Amino acid sequence: MVPLSWYLIFSAILFSIGLFGVLSRRNLVAILLGIELMLNSVNVNLAAFWRYGTVTNITGQVFAIIVFAVAAAEVSVGLALVISVYRKRNTVIADEIDMLKF
Amino acid sequence: MTIDQIIFLVVAVATLIAAFRVVTTGNLIHAAFWLIAALFGVAAIFAILHASFLAVVQVVVYIGAISILFIFAVMLTRKDMRDQGPQLNRNWGFGAFLAALALVGLVFLVHGWSGVTKTAPAFPSEFDAVSALGNALVSPDAYVLPFEVASVLLVAALVGAVYVAYNRK
Repeated sequence: MVPLSWYLIFSAILFSIGLFGVLSRRNLVAILLGIELMLNSVNVNLAAFWRYGTVTNITGQVFAIIVFAVAAAEVSVGLALVISVYRKRNTVIADEIDMLKF
Repeated sequence: MTIDQIIFLVVAVATLIAAFRVVTTGNLIHAAFWLIAALFGVAAIFAILHASFLAVVQVVVYIGAISILFIFAVMLTRKDMRDQGPQLNRNWGFGAFLAALALVGLVFLVHGWSGVTKTAPAFPSEFDAVSALGNALVSPDAYVLPFEVASVLLVAALVGAVYVAYNRK
């Protein structure tokens, strides 16, 4: 049987990889890819705690479903913003989008 | 080492390699395809955890919808997809440091917690997790309100996305 700690460490590594992607990529779409990895690691944690807690208490899976919905909302708004910025500035590099700077 | 552990390790290592390629590969369309591989790995983890509905939703929503959305976004912003210059910003070393710090902190927390050596209780064979989940999502005693709020959030976000990306010309 797989111990709970393996799932937790797996999702911790996945979260850190996503965090690295968010902090170090220059392309806006790549930053959103990192956020997707982080949200997935959260879902792995929720499912693992559901399985290793009381199985008949379904709360962990319900939370994971809500995270799915929020992730879909976040990625649709994020990509719409990226496309809108690309139309205006003709770039998707995060450093070059400095319209709020003066 | 039991067969369960070997399957878990194979899936986990494949997922982590795919995730690492997502954040390091230069070509964005390849990064999107590596993301699909990583999401498949997470779906397999859900299947190992007996969360069958989550595994199916992971494939349908993440791989079927969100990854395709990413690929479309990469193609719509294609001019910058070819590797012009570095794909990592100047502060990538600091980002790697912060990510490593987060990893060390999380592993430290996991190891300091007493419940971590817990093994899974046997899955009750008569328990139908999918119908229990469906009942919980629409039952007024359980989670109907978060479920409806999430659907309103999704509608609002999609209307907002259409408005933001609309081409006014």
